[in-house]
Amino acid sequence: MNNNRKTLDQMMTLRTRRMLIAYAFLFIPVLFYLGVRIVPAIQALSMSFTHEGSSVFTLDHYKMLLQDEVFWISVKNTILYVVIVVPLQMLLGLLIALGIERVNRFKWFYRIVFFLPYMTSIVAISWVWRLIYEPNTGLLNKVLDWLNLPVQGWLTHPDTALISVSIVIIWQMMGFCMLIFTAGLQVIPRQLYEAAEIDGAGRWKRFWMVTFPLLNPTIVFLAIIGVIQTLQTFTQIANLTGGATGGGLGGPLHSTSSVVVYMYNQGFRDYNLHFAAASTVFLFILILIVTLIQFRVLNKSYKL
Amino acid sequence: MKEKYTIGKFIIHLILIAGIVIVAFPFIWMIMSSLKSLTDFYDFSFLPKSIDLSGYIYTFEETGFLRWYLNSFIVAVVVTVSNIIFCSLIGYTLAKFRFFGARGIFILILSTMMIPTEMLVIPWYVLSSDMQWVDSYWGIMFPGMMEAFGIFLMRQFMGNVPDDILDAARIDGMGEFKIWWRVAMPQVKPAISALAIITFLGNWNAYLWPVIVTSTAEMRTLPVGISLYGTSDAGGIQWNTIMAMSTLTVIPMIIVFLIFQRQIVEGIALTGTKG
Amino acid sequence: MKRVKWLLMGVLASMLVLTACGGANDTQGDPDKTTITYWQYTYPSKVEEIEKIIKDFEDENPDIEVIAQDYPYDQYQQKIFAAKKAGKGPDVFNIYFGWVPEYVNREYIQPIREEFMTEQEIRDYYVDFVEPNKVDGKYYTLPIAVRSLALFWNKDMFEEAGLDPEQPPKTWDDVIEYGKKMTKLNDDGRYEQEGYGWNVAGQGLHMFQQVMLRQFGVEPYSEDGTKVQFNSKPEGYDAFEYWVNMNQKHKIGDPDFGNSYNEAFISGKAGMIVDGSFRIGDVQSGADFEWGVTTLPVLEEGGLESNYASYWTNAIASGVEGEKLEASEKFLEYLIQADVQKSWMENVGELPAAKEVVAEKSIKEDPVYGAFVRGLEHAHATFFVKEDKEREIITNKVNEIRLNGKAIDEAFDEMVKELQQVRDEYFDEVSK
Repeated sequence: MNNNRKTLDQMMTLRTRRMLIAYAFLFIPVLFYLGVRIVPAIQALSMSFTHEGSSVFTLDHYKMLLQDEVFWISVKNTILYVVIVVPLQMLLGLLIALGIERVNRFKWFYRIVFFLPYMTSIVAISWVWRLIYEPNTGLLNKVLDWLNLPVQGWLTHPDTALISVSIVIIWQMMGFCMLIFTAGLQVIPRQLYEAAEIDGAGRWKRFWMVTFPLLNPTIVFLAIIGVIQTLQTFTQIANLTGGATGGGLGGPLHSTSSVVVYMYNQGFRDYNLHFAAASTVFLFILILIVTLIQFRVLNKSYKL
Repeated sequence: MKEKYTIGKFIIHLILIAGIVIVAFPFIWMIMSSLKSLTDFYDFSFLPKSIDLSGYIYTFEETGFLRWYLNSFIVAVVVTVSNIIFCSLIGYTLAKFRFFGARGIFILILSTMMIPTEMLVIPWYVLSSDMQWVDSYWGIMFPGMMEAFGIFLMRQFMGNVPDDILDAARIDGMGEFKIWWRVAMPQVKPAISALAIITFLGNWNAYLWPVIVTSTAEMRTLPVGISLYGTSDAGGIQWNTIMAMSTLTVIPMIIVFLIFQRQIVEGIALTGTKG
Repeated sequence: MKRVKWLLMGVLASMLVLTACGGANDTQGDPDKTTITYWQYTYPSKVEEIEKIIKDFEDENPDIEVIAQDYPYDQYQQKIFAAKKAGKGPDVFNIYFGWVPEYVNREYIQPIREEFMTEQEIRDYYVDFVEPNKVDGKYYTLPIAVRSLALFWNKDMFEEAGLDPEQPPKTWDDVIEYGKKMTKLNDDGRYEQEGYGWNVAGQGLHMFQQVMLRQFGVEPYSEDGTKVQFNSKPEGYDAFEYWVNMNQKHKIGDPDFGNSYNEAFISGKAGMIVDGSFRIGDVQSGADFEWGVTTLPVLEEGGLESNYASYWTNAIASGVEGEKLEASEKFLEYLIQADVQKSWMENVGELPAAKEVVAEKSIKEDPVYGAFVRGLEHAHATFFVKEDKEREIITNKVNEIRLNGKAIDEAFDEMVKELQQVRDEYFDEVSK
């Protein structure tokens, strides 16, 4: 009896001790997040319900937001960016990572070249892309012309501008996906492949039986990060469509505008931070819902 | 190293080479453009007519480029080290400890990624201004000291670390802190290397927040410095200078990448599962 | 384990050091002196020139210290916005004249005090178009220099097309005629070379508003700035159609050609462009062909000349008072004097803003800047209420014609309506 109690106590203290350790490890980070991210976010939330210089509760910003056609165009574009960019950048990133794994030589060289776009400063490289896309004398149309394919307006036409921006984002981000997939492939124990090989599994079967399931945490990570980042796309759009040619960010005719571009225009160009806050809240809710759905659908080994 | 040349490998090489030609093309164009004179630049051709280093000369003689380089380097290194330590510690705790509120804290941290930086710039500036952080290294660095992105990454990878080896260490009487550092960390070395590369890059190329929080020329980071020369109303856009600066900016990135990508590969050896 | 501790301690220590050594640069300075901060956007030659001026100014006023800071143009307004939100910011700042109404509305800047310069003094000192800069009947800002538009032409391209390289176009019909001769289109209608760098978001929309509309006999805005009058006469529509048809019907140039109109010109692929004096530096360093600058064309020879003027101007922040206000005023007074304006033109490429300087013969006949200075006599500045938003409306309406095939008259009506709406909102807010 006495002995039993003692072990129970020991177990309790062990569990409590471990809990306390966890809290100790997390104390500073949680404080940091509260101060640097959560409090400003709550400020933004409360701002979205008031007018500047007053504290009276109002839904005006949300009403205006829902009625603004440009806002809905931006929402539609943002979703399109996600649908186009995320699957392609992940697929290409995975194929490149697998391809590089399979070869024996020049691995580091291939990795670095595929990763180069992610390293490059967007200002300089946007200018190069604009030159490639230029509809009259640009390289891409010259190639199309040479192949006898119809030429396109690329960044300058509303029908193709979004795709053109998406291509640049994929170009930049697939190296990032490749890197994370490479890390994910490295931590898969080799014994599992050997075991599968002994079982007589072919290459294709080994991929589906071993690689793919064990890459699940990596895939979940990249899908969620990719969606969150793409839902917040701003820099590439600003650099590819701003300046002398577009007249405003997200052009032509709002065809490349994303929710963050819309928010930025409202907050920083029209000085309407409270209205911009409302679009941020909308975006936050959108991202939250999508992320929760993703966890449900994608996650096999973790529960949120 | 056993080398087997098969047709399959050869085809993969071919595909990869085709890929890098397409992927590297805009990048090489940038380097080519940095070697042009301004009149040559406006030919919009791929190859320079003759090598002209005026963009590089201007960069080093007329701008505070080296100082910006140093600033970016300090910021990127400190933030990267901070992220490696904090993100892996937090990620490990969230993946391997069971405690009340674990889920809530993870959701809380993850949700901070869902608010665009563009919206946080103003509150951060107000905070920095109150705390006298404006125009300081700490001011540039503080928002990124522990990225939610890194915590998420580490949590995903730490989850793969088998519980057995952690428990074995506990039975050996190792302290929890030591277990994290000595046992868990080596298991996820590839992920740490990836995190290091990405954090370093993110800070090296960060633009919006550094431009808002710095005031003097001495505190500018590289992207802020480069952007000074890239606006149409700034009287004489010197594209060759911008291209030269951007080219120079990538070089340390390549070095950092080379160092850490070796770590990614070495991760195999350390986990003792070399094939 | 030891290594971890050292690493952690190292990080913490370096953080502390970095925190301690940075920070609080905004208010550093000699305690015996009155320190004022001056903000401007980064325009390398302006930044250099201001540094020189400050040095001279400080020599003359040893009790005042001026700290100049500059920010990238793209983020300059955001920076001001953030600083104002934090209740900080400079004492004197350099802003685009189109932002003045908004900044007055947001109480960022204070009016020029009567004790410093009276309204009459300002009016006598400056060329006329500084007038629209008045908000609510008060002057808030004082510019050093102004910019006007002129026509740049590529003499080599003129020659190649069989035109006299020394005879730039005099009328807009000439521009279209010469433009057609220099434009090269390929089979599917794409440009290989354009005759005229037609654009909207660059200077095109200003040229339409302040040059073409006036030459067609339409006053673009009512005197108090409340009404958009593009459609007050049928000629207003004619002006719009004429301008848009340079691109649509005559196809002498396209805004998407060669990345932007100015880059197309510098690269020798556009025969003519209309641009400001601030472009001269770009053209001088980038173009490897013979070029010239001349005053803007007119509708018909001997007809009304008109030009668009814009300027960056200096304001004292609201809330600046006492010694700092006096120091700021002294600095402003120093900035706008005639000598500074002259060296500004030489080193920066913007034109003098004072009547007496503009009237000087040597300035008027300057081989490069002369065309711009002469344009000043007929120049008008637009009273913007929200400069970027107004630009976006006009750009988008023209884009709807170009890209979506919208009828020109429909786009014109919508444009007027939307521009009017922006003004109504602004004046509504102000009257509150």
